[in-house]
Amino acid sequence: MASERSAAAVIPPISHPRRSSVGSWPLIDRTGFVLCWLTGIGLCLIAGGIVLYMLLKGVAYLRLSEFVQSPSPSLHQTQSGGFSDPILGTLLVTAIGIAIAAPVGVALAAWLSEYSRPAWLARAVESGLEMIAGVPSVVLAIFGLLVFSEGFLGFLSTKAFNGTVTGQSFVTAGVVMSVLALPLIVASTREALAQLPDRLREASYALGKTRATTTRRVLLPAIRPSIASGVVLGMGRIIGDTAIITLILGATLKNESADGTPLLGALRGTGSTLTSYVFNNSPAGEGNSHEKAYAAAFVLLMIVLALNALVTRLTNGRRARSADRGWRARTRALVAWTR
Amino acid sequence: MPPPVRRITLEREPYVAPPRAAGATAQAPANGRLRAVRAPSTQVRQRMAIEGVWLAYGENWVVRDVSLPVRQGEVLALIGASGSGKTTLLRSLNRLTEVTAGAARSGRVSLDGEEIHELEVNALRRRVSMVFQQPNPFPMSIYDNVAYALVESPRHGGRRRRRTPELELAVADALRRAGLYDEVASDLERSALRLSGGQQQRLCIARALAAEPEVLLLDEPCSALDPISTATIEKLIVELRETVAIVIVTHNLQQAFRVADHVAFMHLGELVEYGSSEQVFDRPSQQRTRDYVSGAFG
Repeated sequence: MASERSAAAVIPPISHPRRSSVGSWPLIDRTGFVLCWLTGIGLCLIAGGIVLYMLLKGVAYLRLSEFVQSPSPSLHQTQSGGFSDPILGTLLVTAIGIAIAAPVGVALAAWLSEYSRPAWLARAVESGLEMIAGVPSVVLAIFGLLVFSEGFLGFLSTKAFNGTVTGQSFVTAGVVMSVLALPLIVASTREALAQLPDRLREASYALGKTRATTTRRVLLPAIRPSIASGVVLGMGRIIGDTAIITLILGATLKNESADGTPLLGALRGTGSTLTSYVFNNSPAGEGNSHEKAYAAAFVLLMIVLALNALVTRLTNGRRARSADRGWRARTRALVAWTR
Repeated sequence: MPPPVRRITLEREPYVAPPRAAGATAQAPANGRLRAVRAPSTQVRQRMAIEGVWLAYGENWVVRDVSLPVRQGEVLALIGASGSGKTTLLRSLNRLTEVTAGAARSGRVSLDGEEIHELEVNALRRRVSMVFQQPNPFPMSIYDNVAYALVESPRHGGRRRRRTPELELAVADALRRAGLYDEVASDLERSALRLSGGQQQRLCIARALAAEPEVLLLDEPCSALDPISTATIEKLIVELRETVAIVIVTHNLQQAFRVADHVAFMHLGELVEYGSSEQVFDRPSQQRTRDYVSGAFG
């Protein structure tokens, strides 16, 4: 049988269709084609350049001791300490911001996607979100400062020597940061809810469950990976922001407690994050320890890249398999990822 | 050398239905369909009454003046071509049509004498549960899928905990009634999405049964399933009719013949004929019913 088949198998040479050659295109298309190539390559070069340059500079100046030492006021780079306070500050501000933005954002998205009644309110909320997403963070910062320097909100922040409320503290910075992260979390949650099939909702309604129970127990658990990726995106946004830190956190050298008490005092106190530390110590800032700035910038870049990788992992795991099975794959991706 | 031409050959002659003999009985239908032998239910009582119901989506009346009884101890099958309004009628029985914007109803539907529009909608849906065409298990474990029907429900005292001894018994019981327990008992924590299509559909039936509904609505429950799963579910439907009033929508005439005690044939929103399944399939009184059940259209 096999020999019979091989004897009969006289396969004619495979013919390839003639490819369209760029040379035959009109001049404008050829120019556009070349420009597309060049911009693509240029972008790769820039991205690679940032990582490579920061890697070289950062690794050269990065010392393990810098992770544990507090910064100290010195014009000499060997005596200006490390950046443990800014790292701690970054973590603290991000934690406060996300702790507020994640529940609020998920709730907003659930309301917009599942209820959105009355319609005029839903429209208003949507445009409000769009507006917030477009506001420059420095505008948010100065608005936050305006609000939190009101006397009755003085318990949240540091007071100046003469008793005026500065509005500057980790808590107030975290609150303003949450506004920055909110649109990202709402967008990714809403998109995922819109993609869930209606038969999932109907299955739950048919069991006599309310809309609220359905959302809480079926829909939101089903889109956990999307919520997670929205949260991670929001974290990246908070970690990378400098304007709010400079204005509302004070961007002081060290994290300073408001009244000396360890936890509450620190939350009400001022401090700095990696972004403000890099800014202050850069050749453009006052600190003049650019070696430390490079090292800190490298750490910051690594944190943001790690978060980006996390998002890619969350969303890719979802997209790759959602082609065949939709939300089932998303759940599977979640299960696989958590293992 | 030219590429070989693939020929498609007909291996079988097209099926031609034999002519129906006059006076065929239900026990030995002349067209070769076999009916599951079963004793008639002893306790038949009316649960729901559909009286002069009209249903509309926006401007379109998709169900026109339908009146039907739904009885416990019996299976009622709604048959008809696509667009005949049978699924809409079914969905209106637990007010699931209200999920669609622009749906309207006139006429009267009652459950044990109470107009369903007067009942609290979620209470009604706990009493009149539904299983859909596509298996739609929730993306959670098998146990949680069934337990979901009970947690926070009045039957379970409104409690939120998923792991109580009573709940575990109730879940196992529901799975057993749906004929799924033996297949999944070894690992109830497995994701429900890893079950086969037939198992998923039986899980959906178990989920619907867990809340102990009084009426079970089945919207083409076997249309996405293979013959073996279909047979399992049909057997289950016949067993369930003793405790639950069952309404099943189906495209599959043989299925209606196998499971139903009464059959309602709908066409373009109107109820053309209603009667016992022997009567509708073997001695249809209307010409349109005769055409439909003999395969002239549909």
